[in-house]
Amino acid sequence: MAASATTPPPLQPPSQAPTAKERKYDRQLRLWAASGQQALENAKILLLNSGPGVVGVETLKNLILPGVGSFTIVDEALVEEEDLGVNFFLTEDSLGKSRAEECTTLLRELNPEVEGHGVRTSIDEYVKTLHQERYTLILLIGPSPHVQQLSKYCSKTSIPLFYVHSLGFYSHFSIQLPHQFPIVDTHPDPASTQDLRLLNPWPELSDYAKEKTSNLDSLSDHDHGHIPYLLLLLHYLEEWKASHNDLPPQNYSEKKEFKDLVTAGARTSNPEGGEENYDEAAAANPLSPSTTSSSSSHNPSNFWLIANAISRFHSTHHVLPLPGALPDMKAQSRDYIHLQNIYKSKARQDLAEVIATVRSTEQRLRQNHPNPPNTDAMIDEREIEAFCKGAAFVKLIHGRPLMFANIFDDPQTPGGAKEEEATEWQDSAPSLAMEFHMQEESLLPIYLAFRAYDGIFANPRPRPWLKKPVVAEKQKSMEQHALADLDDIAKMAGLGEKPDTAVLQKNIRDVVAEFVRADGAELHNISALTGGMVAQEVIKVVTKQYVPVDAT
Amino acid sequence: MSALPNGLEPSRKRWTYLDNFLTKAGPGSDEQWVPGEETITSLEKSKVLQFLFREADVGNSKAEVAAAFVEKRVRGVKITPYNGKIQDKDEEYYKQFHVIVCGLDSIEARRWINATLVEMVDPEDSESFKPFVDGGTEGFKGQARVILPTMTSCIECQLDMHAPRAAVPLCTLATIPRQPAHCIEWAHIIAWEEHRKADILDTDDPEHITWLYEKALARAQEFNIPGVTYSMTQGVVKNIIPAIASTNAIIAASCCNEAFKILTNTNPFLNNYMMYSGDEGVYTYTFENEKKDDCPVCGNLARNIMVNPDVTLQEFLDSLGERPEAQLKKPSISSGDRTLYIRFPQSLEEHSKPNLEKKLKDLVSDGDEVGVSDPAFQISFKFRLVFGP
Ligand SMILES: [Zn+2]
Repeated sequence: MAASATTPPPLQPPSQAPTAKERKYDRQLRLWAASGQQALENAKILLLNSGPGVVGVETLKNLILPGVGSFTIVDEALVEEEDLGVNFFLTEDSLGKSRAEECTTLLRELNPEVEGHGVRTSIDEYVKTLHQERYTLILLIGPSPHVQQLSKYCSKTSIPLFYVHSLGFYSHFSIQLPHQFPIVDTHPDPASTQDLRLLNPWPELSDYAKEKTSNLDSLSDHDHGHIPYLLLLLHYLEEWKASHNDLPPQNYSEKKEFKDLVTAGARTSNPEGGEENYDEAAAANPLSPSTTSSSSSHNPSNFWLIANAISRFHSTHHVLPLPGALPDMKAQSRDYIHLQNIYKSKARQDLAEVIATVRSTEQRLRQNHPNPPNTDAMIDEREIEAFCKGAAFVKLIHGRPLMFANIFDDPQTPGGAKEEEATEWQDSAPSLAMEFHMQEESLLPIYLAFRAYDGIFANPRPRPWLKKPVVAEKQKSMEQHALADLDDIAKMAGLGEKPDTAVLQKNIRDVVAEFVRADGAELHNISALTGGMVAQEVIKVVTKQYVPVDAT
Repeated sequence: MSALPNGLEPSRKRWTYLDNFLTKAGPGSDEQWVPGEETITSLEKSKVLQFLFREADVGNSKAEVAAAFVEKRVRGVKITPYNGKIQDKDEEYYKQFHVIVCGLDSIEARRWINATLVEMVDPEDSESFKPFVDGGTEGFKGQARVILPTMTSCIECQLDMHAPRAAVPLCTLATIPRQPAHCIEWAHIIAWEEHRKADILDTDDPEHITWLYEKALARAQEFNIPGVTYSMTQGVVKNIIPAIASTNAIIAASCCNEAFKILTNTNPFLNNYMMYSGDEGVYTYTFENEKKDDCPVCGNLARNIMVNPDVTLQEFLDSLGERPEAQLKKPSISSGDRTLYIRFPQSLEEHSKPNLEKKLKDLVSDGDEVGVSDPAFQISFKFRLVFGP
């Protein structure tokens, strides 16, 4: 029995049965918790709609159901009969009325708690007044002549911008995130988050291991079979280090030797013919070192303040703050709880150290600031705690401007001047090079075809193609534009004189042919599917949980 | 169709966008396919069977309201709501549809409809062949698959991809709980039996959940285990799978898109499995699941199953509930024409019961084929027992 000064943590007070709201959102709260829900409910989403206008509305549907704060649809179009065959949020009564207002009314029926506004005006006009309202996120439907303007506006204001196309059987979206977009709660796979610090245990942990494993041989079968595997690993690591210059196993063969050492310790004379805790010990990899994350920026946002404090912690201790979670393992209840408390106490101690660093930085910043903006502002401890728990998995995405934003530099010749074209791919070309090896699997042809389509059809008029079949006339120029892009990328990617692009070229022509077939039309299924994907990404960006797509 | 409010008759104009795909071929569409009037007519005449799983609070009337609602929004479509067990319908019923779309919540129901549709196929009768599309989601992840009964891999062929979650051993629950979930399972499985045997546990009854929560909490306090909450109790007891609208939209639309392509030939349909994961970025993967010769439903060979000859028949039958390749909860078993254990009727159960205590090696030989049936399925599963450790 362990005699230790560690007191068990207080049990949580009995929680009440769920509120009506918790019941309504139960299944999503299990994913993003109350904090994510709060972020979603604070969000104001703007949809700049055009074309058949379905994919944006389908995206909103998936945000309204889980309870987004508010949405605004800006759309110049009046409802026409062809809308009724593709847009689920319009009825025959909507004919001739504002499409923005009609969709807003029917979307709001999904969830009365969500605020919605429909505005019938041209996007040209609306973007002039954009600064009057602070949106959390903007959805722009392509092809749009405003993509460049919005990309610049959103870079400047750090508003995430989504650019979405849905055209027949194909769709596309690109995301422009703010220049620095940190995510603390990335929801990594639980198995990968367990930093148990077995290679550098702190005294309380080593002491407990010694206490439980000092007389292994004299233990009863029952007790021997219930020693938590963590303690077994610590015990055998000590044994190993004693005969290996105080070093843990260094390479693959040593790790295997170590595993054999552990396995050899199991008792096999018992009725089960083996021991579960030893199996767990042999299966675990105690040697995954804690990841380092260092950053040295002086952006005085919460993220950087905490990141700096953690960086300081890391340079002092050469480990990250202990997350404190303990995986389940075969053990007696009281031993397990005791071990759990050792981990929790240590995690609290590490957290306290990080908080102290954050506080002293805050104070220094206040002193150095001639005119402190809000003197009492302190970062919430819970925010620091969340950061410490996920420190090894915190992600910082560097948002870049949309690649689609540079198409319109020269509207007369789609794609702009040749010289510029070659440089625009400079940053992304090396990663795009992989696409040339993927051949048939590559999605690059779809992306390039959408760029070509944008270059030609982005037009402030709401539905230009319905007046005459214009898409077919432009088939050749779309192909040429996309193939020229492909050539440029191949050159920038350094694929040699004559890279094999036959498959990609054929696929570009096929995608363009499908675009011609679609003639501007959306297919409801594809827009619903795309709306689901875009909504997932919007939720990840708004809640700052999970990891959104990092590509433009 | 009735006139529109503006006095116009509804016209084909409403389908302007859709007709771009029904009346024109694309680079990927089947060369045999003739787009145009014929495709439009066949789409208009097609009947789709859509299964929705029944949530406790969605009653009969709600299903009807939903059907009427969609009929009003999408003029021209006819929806017949049916509220009941899929098992109550016979082959004639299923034969009237052109494609079947599953939004079922349980693996049992999927296996049932899968086996029914495979059994139904009569090579002489093209009407007996029903393609079906199946989808499912969990959190930010989902999957969609297209099954052509007897021609492609079926649900049963892919069963081991849906391994049930490993159950916590009873002895852990009873003697050495460590996690809040252990305390909840203890209340659920052990305490309820002990104290409220007479009541049938209804996981939708707040009083029942509260009772389990309080029991679990008391046990957790006894063992100093933190973290038991009402919400967690509900999640564990009801096996709640996190679900969000956006993932459901992705998978539902993907299933509809496949059904649409099957019905119209406008583009090739999925061959035959697509998985989607949005946890980290967006990741999708499409591949062809192989049809298995030893599939108990669509194959003709018995499926090999490794057994320890020293376990009892009872232990073996219990293990069938958890083995990913079987997942049979109430199995009866026979070897050749010899019954080893049968659950119903009771007289035969009594008669075969003594076998449960016997070791496998005393009942069958290495390599023997056994037939296993389960009340949840209409077919018998063939396994070949391979003796091993
Ligand atoms: Zn099969």
